[in-house]
Parts: sequence; C-alpha cells; structure tokens
Amino acid sequence: MATDQALHGLDNLEVGLTTKAGFSPARLARKTWAAAWPKLLAVALVLVIWQLVHLTGWKNLVLKGPGTVLSDLWQLAQTGQLWAAIGVTMRRAVVGYVVALVIGSLIGVLVARIPPLRAALGSIITGLQTMPSIAWYPFAIILFAQGTAAIVFVMVMGAAPSIANGLITGVDYTPPLLLRAGRTMGLHGLALYRFLILPASLPAYVAGLKQGWAFAWRSLMAGELVVSIVGPPGLGVLLNTNQSNLDFAGATSVIIVILIIGIVVDMIFTKADTALRRRRGLLDPAVLG
Amino acid sequence: MRVSDEQVTPELATTGRPPATGSAAVRLTDVSKVYRTGRTELLALDGVSLTAADGEFVCIIGASGCGKSTLLNLVAGLDKPTAGQVDTGGRKVGLMFQEPALFPWLTAGRNVELALRARGVPRAERRAQTAELLETVRLSGFGDKRPHELSGGMRQRVALARALAQNADVLLMDEPFGALDAMTRDLLHDELERICAQRSLTVLFVTHNVREAARLSDRVLVLSSRPGRVIAEYDVPRRGPRRIDSQEVAQVAATLTDRLREEMGRHGY
Repeated sequence: MATDQALHGLDNLEVGLTTKAGFSPARLARKTWAAAWPKLLAVALVLVIWQLVHLTGWKNLVLKGPGTVLSDLWQLAQTGQLWAAIGVTMRRAVVGYVVALVIGSLIGVLVARIPPLRAALGSIITGLQTMPSIAWYPFAIILFAQGTAAIVFVMVMGAAPSIANGLITGVDYTPPLLLRAGRTMGLHGLALYRFLILPASLPAYVAGLKQGWAFAWRSLMAGELVVSIVGPPGLGVLLNTNQSNLDFAGATSVIIVILIIGIVVDMIFTKADTALRRRRGLLDPAVLG
Repeated sequence: MRVSDEQVTPELATTGRPPATGSAAVRLTDVSKVYRTGRTELLALDGVSLTAADGEFVCIIGASGCGKSTLLNLVAGLDKPTAGQVDTGGRKVGLMFQEPALFPWLTAGRNVELALRARGVPRAERRAQTAELLETVRLSGFGDKRPHELSGGMRQRVALARALAQNADVLLMDEPFGALDAMTRDLLHDELERICAQRSLTVLFVTHNVREAARLSDRVLVLSSRPGRVIAEYDVPRRGPRRIDSQEVAQVAATLTDRLREEMGRHGY
C-alpha cells in the first residue's frame, strides 16, 4: 500500500468522525426550551416568593404584590416616558463605554509593552478596580460640575481598568511556544503584535470588556441617581422620582428594566465569548450538548 | 569531540573523518551555553562542535538534560551562545516542535499563509503557494479546517508546511513526532523523507527514540548529559529505502541504546 493512500485514509478516519447535523426546527425548539426552562423557573420562583411575602401583609402600606408591579410596568411601557428614559440612559452608556474602551485599550497596550510603565501603573490599575464607583462622584462633580461629563468620567474610572487589565492579562498569557514559532517565522515588532500577540489576547480582552461593561453600567446608574442633570430624564432620574413619591410599584418597575438591560448586554458578551472559544477549539463540545 | 566506540557493530562505524571543511549547511564550533539564574549557573552545552552537510539528515539523541533544545535554539538564532560560533552561512532556518504550535485562531491554510506573509511574499502569490505547500504535506482538502479540527499528525504536517513556507534550507526538528501514535509516526517518517529529498533539505532532528534516529538519519550524534557534549557519532549509510521494522534499523538502534545506557549509567551510583 502506498504511503500517500494510507495517510489519506488515516486523515479521513480521524477527521471524518463528526458530521454536521442539518437544520431542523424541532431540534432548535428543543434546544431553546432546554436553555429557557431553568431561567423561567427561577423567575417564577421569585414571583411566588414575592407574592407570598405580599400575602403575609408585611409592610403592606408600601410593598405591592407582583401583579400590581407588573401591570404598572406594562402601563409604563405604553407611555413614551419609559422608552425615552431608556434611550437617554443607553446613549450615555454607549458614550461612556466607548470612551472607557478607547482609554482602557490604549493604557492596556502601553502598559503591556513598556516595562517601566507596567512597574508604575500595574498595581494602580488593579487598585482602581477595587474603588467603589460612587466614591468618585464628589470628585467628578467638583471637577466637571453637575452633568453628563461627570458621569462619563466615573464610568471610565470604573470600566477602563478592567478593560486594560483584560488586555494586559491576554498579552502576558500568550503561550511562549507560539512566541517562539512566531519569531522563527520572522515576526517581530509591530507585526508580532498584530499577527500573534493581539489575536492570542482576544479571549482575555473580551473577558475584560465584559467586566468593564458591568462596572460602566453600575457607575452610570449611580451617576443618574447622584448627579442632577438638566434635560430629559434617564432611568436613574425616573427611579429617583419614584422614590420621592414613595411609589413602590414604579421604583420596582424601573429596577426590573435596569436588570433586564444588564442581563441582555451581558448575554451579548457571553455569546461573543462562546463563539470565540468555539472557533479556537477551547470548548468541550460534550459540555455544550 | 569524537570518541571512538568499542561497541560498534560491523555495519556501523563511528566516523573517522576529519571535521568537514567543505559545504557545511550548519557548523557549530566549540559552542558553549551557560544559563544563569541568580547565583546558580547551569552549563547546558560544553564545547559542542558539529557540522551538517548540505542535504544531510542528522539526528541528535541524548538522555534528559543534554541540551538538545538549547542546541536547536542556538542554530535557529533564538538564543546566543556563551562561547563559540554558530554558522549557517546565511541559510534560512525553520523550526518545528513537539507541539505543532499553530495559531488556533487561523485555519490551517492561513497558518501557512502567515509564514509566507512574514517573509514578504506578495499577496497575489500567497494563495497559490499555500495550496502547493498543503499539497506537499498531502493536506489539500483541509486548508479551511482549524487546528483543533485536525488530528495530531495532521497538525504536525501543517506545522511542517509552515516551516517549509519560510523557504528554509535547514529544518530544525525538536522531537516533532514524539506525541504521535506509532502508526502515524511511521507514515510521517516516509513523508518527511520524501519532502527532504524533494527539497534537498538539511535536517537537524532531535529525538529520544533510537529507532526513529536509526530509521531517518544519515548520521547520528549522541550527546552526553549535564553538560551536553558530543560523545559519539555514527554514520548510518543508506542502502535503499528503510523500514522501521527492518533488521538494519534494529541493529543500529541497539548500538545507540547501548551507548546511551552507558552514558546514563555514568550519572548513577
């Protein structure tokens, strides 16, 4: 038997093990249901417990049951007010996050590349991550006065360190063997970064981006509660108004909206992360099902 | 350093020839390498001299701690010797490891193409050259697969195609088939032999596997351990195609094993 034929046969034996299943609506429905039911059950459980607490009559002057709150939320969704508030808040979120992304990435690259800068800034970046964002507001308001700029500043202080740290971690954990392979290939300087170190850092960077988003979102919510801004109200202002009116149902509705936005954006990051890992063979297909 | 050896079989003679002065693709002259960590010094290589002629297949065997990987790093120019000279006469050097070290975010084809790009091959020619290189390692239909979708042997072949893409005249291989099963390894020996002949490559091949060394080599160098020195050198003349399970290979392997055990025994009680 000729070598090439044997080799080709062996290749087919080893790679041909997996066949792609065709698209079927039934399979998709099954998969969706499998992913959804634990979440739906958790939500249902929370609603039941809430209803039970409500039925005991604990703080029944202010604490409304889930029925009241959900119908309140429904009504709020009918008016333009909620959607306008979401629009205002999301616009701030995007601006703050993009600024944090640019600054965080820039600092990340510089710190990873320049050893003295790392010695100087490395631990400060980690220190900044532990700083509660609300503590920045007095400083930010003095510096930028009341307004969006103060909020964006605090969002950047919250998110940029996570983003920078993600990138630095990625660069540090570039496998030495790949670096050796890259160097023998003739990659050095900027090309080494472009073709090897940055792509190798991507999973850690995405993890940093995800954590950065969580920090930015928290900082934004805190900012909308603390900083008084002229102009159309965001979600935080809506929440503040509800608090002043002792409107439990209204406040809870807004909290639910904030929670949902946070979860949805987090899901997007998780999706991106999973796709990235799958492409690189870092996921165990057996676990995914 | 050339040491005569009493246990030579009639078929297998230690080389009595003087150090080659003609066309050597790789020449190491009295190369030493010392690693310093804090106050401790480790002498990894001690006065190693060796040459590999153009188109020669040289295997380097030795027990643990003989500085084989250090040696290859020096020839590849990834590290500098503490003393002595490493000369490849300006030849391009490609390096392969026990792990394929492919970039997992690129397809097999793109991995090969990146090596072409790093060497400045214009975009228009890269596609055709990539296809040709994949054909050379018999992976034509697999260019779009990602490394994790391929078997270990296939990944090593992509790594070989990538090393060839560097237009290397000298191929340094650090136990490249060490992690593969025996059947795959056997097939890859045939493939490597064919490709080396086609491209008249000079190969320095590090292995722990004496049969592999006997199967592939024109010449085998045995390194001592701690520090690494060349303690024996065997010519393995070619009399037509070899098989790993042949009498001829088994005999050479036995000689090599004896010599290695003797060296290991030196470090025992």
